[in-house]
Amino acid sequence: MEIKLSVKNLDAYYGKNKVLNNISLDIPKNKVVAIIGPSGCGKSTFIRTLNRMHEVVGGSIKGEILLDGEDLTKTDPVLLRKRVGMVFQKPNPFPTMSIFNNVAAGLRLNGVRNKKKLTPIVEKCLKQAALWDEVKNNLDDSGANISGGQQQRLCIARTLAVDPEVILMDEPASALDPISTTKIEDLIFELKTNYTIIIVTHNMQQAARVSDYTAFFYLGKLIEFDETNKIFTSPSNKQTEDYVRGRFG
Amino acid sequence: MENSLMNSKYFYYKRKLTSSIMMSLTFVAALAAIIPLVFIFYYTISKGVTYLNLDFFIAMPKPVGEPGGGMANAIVGTLILIGIGGAIGIPVGVMTGTYLSEFGNNKFGFMVRFLTDVLSGVPSIVVGVVAYTMVVLPMKHFSAIAGGIALGILMIPTITRTTEEMIRLVPHSLREAGLALGIPKWKTTLAIILRTAWKGIATGVLLGLSRAAGETAPLLFTALGNRFWSTNIGQPIASLTVYIYDYAKSPFEDWNQQAWTAALVLILLISVLSLLFRIITRSKYKTN
Repeated sequence: MEIKLSVKNLDAYYGKNKVLNNISLDIPKNKVVAIIGPSGCGKSTFIRTLNRMHEVVGGSIKGEILLDGEDLTKTDPVLLRKRVGMVFQKPNPFPTMSIFNNVAAGLRLNGVRNKKKLTPIVEKCLKQAALWDEVKNNLDDSGANISGGQQQRLCIARTLAVDPEVILMDEPASALDPISTTKIEDLIFELKTNYTIIIVTHNMQQAARVSDYTAFFYLGKLIEFDETNKIFTSPSNKQTEDYVRGRFG
Repeated sequence: MENSLMNSKYFYYKRKLTSSIMMSLTFVAALAAIIPLVFIFYYTISKGVTYLNLDFFIAMPKPVGEPGGGMANAIVGTLILIGIGGAIGIPVGVMTGTYLSEFGNNKFGFMVRFLTDVLSGVPSIVVGVVAYTMVVLPMKHFSAIAGGIALGILMIPTITRTTEEMIRLVPHSLREAGLALGIPKWKTTLAIILRTAWKGIATGVLLGLSRAAGETAPLLFTALGNRFWSTNIGQPIASLTVYIYDYAKSPFEDWNQQAWTAALVLILLISVLSLLFRIITRSKYKTN
C-alpha cells in the first residue's frame, strides 16, 4: 500500500495554546480517511495543517508532514495548495463569478486564460462533481444563486479543476440536507479512484459509509487510527469504543 | 389569578403604548431629517431653473449687466478639478483601505487608521492652506493642479475608511477559498476580495468625489477661479463652487440668480455621477 501523506510527531499551536499533540499517522494513496471526534478535538486544525491553511489564521506547527516523501512544511504554501485542495464546511462559491468562472477560478487566477483550454476542464470537473446536468444550461449564472447542495458540489468542482492529488474536506455535508448529503457521499466514493481524500465529519454513520480508514481524535490527540471497519466494530481503545457507541461527545 | 391576569393586561397596554410613542418619535425624527433636504431642492430648483438652459452649459460668463451667458468654463473646471482629485484620492484611498483591512493589524496600521481619522476631521480650508504652501508658493501662481491636490487629500479619508470597512465585510471564507485553490494572496485580494467589495468601495469613492465637488474653501487660494476658458491644469481654473460663492455675494440680481443655477447644476452633476457609478458597478447577477 502506497503512502500519500505521512504525518510525524505533529504538534499544532494557536499562539501558545497547543491544540494538537504529537500526531503520527500514514494516509494511504487513493483511499478515503475519515477524521472523527467530539467538537474541539482538533479535527479541523489537523486537516488545515495538511494544506497549511492553519498558518493563515495565525497558527504554527512543529513536526513533519511528508507528501510523497517531501516535507510540505518546507515547501511554498501556494504550490502546495494546488496539490492539496480543500472543500469547506459552508459552501463558499465566489459570488461575483459565474458558475463557469467559479470552476475556472483556480486556473484563471494562476494564468490560464484561454477559454478553449478552460471549457473542457470546466465541463469535466462539473461532471465529476455530478453537477453538470443541473447547470449546463446556465453556466453564466452567478455561482451564488444555486442551492446550497449545488453550491457545495460547485466548490468540489472548483477544487478538482486545479487537479490536486489530495482533497481535504472539512465537514462538507454538515450544512446540507439528506439528499444533498447522499450526493456528496456518492461523489466521495467516485473520487477516491483518482484522489486521496481526507474528510472531517461529525456524523459517524457518514464516516462508516464513506471511509476506508478512520482516525479518532480526542482532546488534541490521535487516540486510534485503523481500518474503518475495525474502528466501528472492534476498536482496540476504550475511548474510541465509547465514542463510536455514542456514550460521549 | 385574576389579579395577575389584570396585571399582565395592564403591562400589555403599557408596552403597546410605549412602543407606539417611540415609533412616532422615530418617524418625526426621520421627517425632520429630510426637511432640510426638501428645502434645499425646493430653493435650488425654483430659483435656479430660471437660467437653466443650454446656454448655461455651453456659453461663457457675460460681464455684469449683460444678460444671459453660462458657466461652461466652471462646469469643465469642476470636472477637471475632481478628475485630478480622484486621480490622487482614489488610488491612494483604495490601496490604503486595502492595506488596512488585509495587512493592517499592527502598530503601523493602527497609526494609519488614527491619522486618516484625524485627516477626515481637518477643516477643508486648512487643507487648502497646505496645498497653497506646498504647490502654489513654489509654482508662484494659482493652478488647477493645486486645487486638484487639495481635493484629492480631502477624498483620501472617506475612500480609505469605506474601502477598509467594505473589504472587512467580505466573508473570511472567500479568502480561504481563494488561498486553498493555490491562488497567491495578492491575487486573491485583488481578484476575489476587491472584486466582491467593489460595489461598496465605489460608493465610498462616489462620496469622496461628491464631497470634493462641493468644496469651495480649499479652492479659493489654490485653483482660484478663472473668468475665461481654460483647461490648462498649470493655470488657475474656474469651478462651480467658487462661482456660486462669488456670484451669491455679488450685488447684482442676475448674478445672484445664476449662483442658484450653478448650485442646481452642481447637484445635477453629482446626481449624474452617482447614476453613472450605479450603472458601472451594477452587478451582472441578481442578488438574492
